[in-house]
Amino acid sequence: MSGTFPDLQGPICPLPQKHTSRIVLGHGSGGKMMADLIRDVFYPQFENAPLLAGNDAGVVELTNGLNLAVSTDAHVVSPLFFPGGDIGKLAVCGTVNDIAMVGAIPLYLSASFILEEGLEMEILERVVKSMQLAADEAGIDIICGDTKVVAHGEADGLYISTTGLGLLDSRFNIGGDQAKPGDQVLISGTIGDHGIAVLEARGELGFQTQLKSDVAPLNHLVQEMLSASRQVHVLRDPTRGGVASALNEIARQSGVGILIKENSLPIKPEVSGACEMLGFDPLYIANEGKLLALVDQADTDRVLTAMRKNPYGQRAAVIGQVAADPPGRLLLETALGSTRVVDVLTGELLPRIC
Amino acid sequence: MKYLSEYRDAELVLGTISQIADRITQPWTLMEICGGQTHSIIKNGLDQLLPEKIELVHGPGCPVCVTPLELIDKALAIASIPGVIFTSYGDMLRVPGSQGDLFSVRASGGDVRVVYSPLDAVRLAQENPDREVVFFAIGFETTAPANVMSVIQADHLKLDNFSILVSHVRVPPAIEAILSSQDNRVQGFLAAGHVCAVMGYWEYLPIAQKYQIPITVTGFEPLDITRGILATVESLEAGQPAVKNAYLRTVTEAGNQKAQAVINQVFENCDRKWRGIGTIPESGWRLKPGFIKFDAEKRFQVESVQAEESPLCISGLVLQGLKKPDQCQAFATLCTPENPLGATMVSDEGACAAYYRYRMHTGAEQGDRK
Repeated sequence: MSGTFPDLQGPICPLPQKHTSRIVLGHGSGGKMMADLIRDVFYPQFENAPLLAGNDAGVVELTNGLNLAVSTDAHVVSPLFFPGGDIGKLAVCGTVNDIAMVGAIPLYLSASFILEEGLEMEILERVVKSMQLAADEAGIDIICGDTKVVAHGEADGLYISTTGLGLLDSRFNIGGDQAKPGDQVLISGTIGDHGIAVLEARGELGFQTQLKSDVAPLNHLVQEMLSASRQVHVLRDPTRGGVASALNEIARQSGVGILIKENSLPIKPEVSGACEMLGFDPLYIANEGKLLALVDQADTDRVLTAMRKNPYGQRAAVIGQVAADPPGRLLLETALGSTRVVDVLTGELLPRIC
Repeated sequence: MKYLSEYRDAELVLGTISQIADRITQPWTLMEICGGQTHSIIKNGLDQLLPEKIELVHGPGCPVCVTPLELIDKALAIASIPGVIFTSYGDMLRVPGSQGDLFSVRASGGDVRVVYSPLDAVRLAQENPDREVVFFAIGFETTAPANVMSVIQADHLKLDNFSILVSHVRVPPAIEAILSSQDNRVQGFLAAGHVCAVMGYWEYLPIAQKYQIPITVTGFEPLDITRGILATVESLEAGQPAVKNAYLRTVTEAGNQKAQAVINQVFENCDRKWRGIGTIPESGWRLKPGFIKFDAEKRFQVESVQAEESPLCISGLVLQGLKKPDQCQAFATLCTPENPLGATMVSDEGACAAYYRYRMHTGAEQGDRK
């Protein structure tokens, strides 16, 4: 919306509110505001091919036949501990998964810590122990790090940034722009578990569930899928912004249309119940241990079988398919058989009034 | 989910739609009052499945959308005062005032918090005796009982640091305003089920009589909505301007009398400005004199804040059912949910937002927009 307003005839509403002068929380919600921020502020300065590919990890050629995948992720979750995980596990799995989503095998992580003055040592020790447990499970080492302390009140306890390195066979070409008409859309399990579990752990909802965050390292699952088929075209972990935002991004990057079916989405009753009460759509809720895979139709069953053998893919399901039209759009076939658009999350996810 | 999944059952919904198709002999224009119903209709694509003879126009029942500009400006002024904790239902944060929104106030250091219940705001006032806590009490009859309970609770706890910024509106005067308009096209109403759960439907009987128009109390799930439409179409085809109840599992004629009693204890009727529409007599509620110490407008002396809405804004026409969102030239081009030009694009319940989120790909709408 820069500069050129179309010549409008007739009435229009008078109240633009663009949030271009200050950062608001919506800029970090994984939806359209964040995409605009990346496009308008970061891309023009940092412009280079691996970055502009727009995948979870940047990929560069290392030697003949071998590529290096690099990814980084900052973690600022509140509360620090929640059912099923904590900020440490999240910090390791988040980066491991981003590396895995280009088909690479993650090997090493760095970790930098921003600690708030007054943080209890016991909390830090628990978080670090949890990081090592996650690293063990993923089969990676945390080989370097950095620590900074800021004054009380200048941070929310503890922030962790991790950067990961992984290697991949350069014959693999997995990325958001590789979806093809006919591809089947697979999800590795139930959606929205992490977002609702964390929201509940904040104690603001006034109701309780037995939900646990799904945070998990998915690199082994990815390797098993890739052993089953060379026709996995796209992998993405639907974190902030949820399945809706991730599939929209893929549709846009590949210039294809994606149709998902409401009836085939795996959603736990606790998640759909919480979403009903809060006015949320599970398609926009964050996941930290799930992946979306867009796979050639002929190989779908093989990939699905491989996924279901892994503990993190037991409830894997086909939720939709790719078509040529409408390019750049995600559509949903409702349970009633009608079709509607599913857009990216726009700003911050807000509970409705009634 | 019990009481939800049954009402989304595809077979039952499609069966009701074919019953509607069997009964209908001529075109009818119906208005669903509530933004929650609009959202459900568009989200489930019900309008794609209904017979073409049914035209649904979207009513003014989105509390976020009809809150007048000057109230938003008052909220922004109060929320910007140092020391104030300003609390609100989530989707009010995005509504643009004359300058900025509550997100901007928060980004500039204001303490703006989303609460899930007004009683959370009362608790915040208890926990922060040295801070002023203000709750943005907007809504229709639906949210009124909870909002007045916060005042009753604060009064009971003798809190002197709690107040509410009131912008309550009532459905029946809005229906009358639409029916009295010379441009009115609406031939039947789907009344808002949750409003009627509180208020009953006794208020609608004289309106149906006076304007000779059928009104059906209707819920929010696909089966509720299609049953509401079926009942209204049957009334229209039979030439009977009846008030019917198609939301029997929740609504009685008398409504929730305890809730009505607490509302009457705290609120009294007043004229209220509706964003995009103008002032409708007796269409709002304000605090009664006995509770005036909880009035944030008086406490923070923002009563004189005035804001003029542009007379050009099409959201008023959308809210009256005279225009569809995609008939606005700014729709989906200049006006999007992350950059709303008008209130109907702001809330999830706003008609423009529903069209934007679920519709913007269809070719038909592209043609309409010309």
